Amino acid sequence: MKLKEQKSEEFLELICIVCPLGCSLSVVKDNDCFQVRGGCKRGERYAQEEMTNPRRVVTTTLRIKNGVWRRIPVRTSSPFPRDKIPELMRFLNSLEVEAPQKRGDIMVKNLLGEGVDLVVTRTIERRE
Amino acid sequence: MVPHSIKGDVVVIGGGPAGMAAALSSWEAGARSVFLLERNEYLGGILPQCIHPGFGLQIWGEELTGPEYAETFIEKLNRTGVEVMTDTTVLELSPERVVKAVNSEGVWELKADSIILSMGCRERTRGMLRIPGHRPAGIFTAGLAQYLVNIAGYLPGEEIVILGSGDIGLIMARRLTLEGARVKMVVEIKNSLSGLVRNYVQCIQDFNIPLLFSHTVTEVRGKERVEAVMISEVDEGGNPLSGSEREVECDTLLLSVGLIPENELSRQAKIPLSPLTGGPWVDEDFSTDLEGFFACGNVVSVFDLVDYVTLVAERAGRAAVFPSSPQKKYILQTGEGVHTVIPQRIREGKDGFLFIRPQKSMRSVTVFLRWEEKIFYEKKISICRPSEMIKLNLSEIPWPQVKGEIKVEIEGTEIRGIS
Repeated sequence: MKLKEQKSEEFLELICIVCPLGCSLSVVKDNDCFQVRGGCKRGERYAQEEMTNPRRVVTTTLRIKNGVWRRIPVRTSSPFPRDKIPELMRFLNSLEVEAPQKRGDIMVKNLLGEGVDLVVTRTIERRE
Repeated sequence: MVPHSIKGDVVVIGGGPAGMAAALSSWEAGARSVFLLERNEYLGGILPQCIHPGFGLQIWGEELTGPEYAETFIEKLNRTGVEVMTDTTVLELSPERVVKAVNSEGVWELKADSIILSMGCRERTRGMLRIPGHRPAGIFTAGLAQYLVNIAGYLPGEEIVILGSGDIGLIMARRLTLEGARVKMVVEIKNSLSGLVRNYVQCIQDFNIPLLFSHTVTEVRGKERVEAVMISEVDEGGNPLSGSEREVECDTLLLSVGLIPENELSRQAKIPLSPLTGGPWVDEDFSTDLEGFFACGNVVSVFDLVDYVTLVAERAGRAAVFPSSPQKKYILQTGEGVHTVIPQRIREGKDGFLFIRPQKSMRSVTVFLRWEEKIFYEKKISICRPSEMIKLNLSEIPWPQVKGEIKVEIEGTEIRGIS
């Protein structure tokens, strides 16, 4: 998987996703700061975060043993650093999970040392 | 074989988000024999396979994933006396409100005072698009691929082309990428995005997946398994431009090209259907034109948010217990710029919602309601897109005194591309 690279160019266009308006934000790199034009205050905050520390809530499914279903869906408890998503996926796919599992339970704490947990999103009973 | 015969207050057909909310709301309104019939092994419809977040923001102010949203309702149902029958397929539905269903215990005949239709929708398939070529393995609708990956645990392919930029297609582009497949491109026949901008940014841009507007798949190549697809640029009318054709190697083609309300049973029961939506005509309580029949969720028309489905299903569930007069005051019609309006009939207009799906993406938008030639309501909004229904509260509309036909219109400046 090839993630979008963190751009180091002087000028960059972003689409704001804070609200349904979908404004075009232009970001100019000024030394170590980013100047954002074309959006509102919330848009500016979004662009700053996208430029310095982009994060995403990651959801996926894991193999589960002895469950009534074969996959268990999970999510990160909060947004996870985007650039580390490939590494996170490799780690998650190596997990061995066994039924039963309960929705809302924390399956793994502090994923890759990032302070974000892994949460079960579907209760899966044990197969009789 | 003698069928098991049951009489009930309310029978709900389909246990997705609409059916679950409707059954719950009928129970809460005081009905004490409520049956919820679901042909799948589990409740929730499409929700358990929609593992991404984004559900519930409108009604709970909290973003849940699909399985979480579904389980919240399943838990609520478990605390009621609603009779849930999974693995149960409805075979027949009569205008006299008799439901014939089958499951492992045999054939059932349920006669109810009110029937709620919540059968949802299904995906448009390759056959409906009439893409020429062989019929090899490797062609899936996006929702089926989602089921395979998230529930069954199979990866449908490795080199993937997605036709259509609807939300399920965009979500699957990310999902398959995360699971190690290579999504080569998304092609969209229109000149604008079908899904949400947020999904474009987080599912397509994040993974450098090319999205080609005004392009379509014109041929599938490969006999046993998909080997390639031919893609072409199209003109404004969607016709392929000669000379623009090129081959894209892939082993899988996903189709995210729209959903159709599933109304075979509604037709059997002779419920009047709208040729525009394919679903029943409904009023603000989601009562159909046939007394005793209610319809809610995607069986009526495809909604973009499950939250809206829940809201309308709650109204249907209540109305099924306290039906009001079948007299309708106004008939709503789609005018300029409007793709669909739900509901299409208004009985009183005192409470409930009006959902309007625009035809195009536009800025500086005005929504008009017209009675004969007179505009009696207008609302300005900054932006509208076909992927997002405009939701109005009926109570804020000053309905005319006189019965009649009302036209809903939208004006604005067209947007192309992403934003």
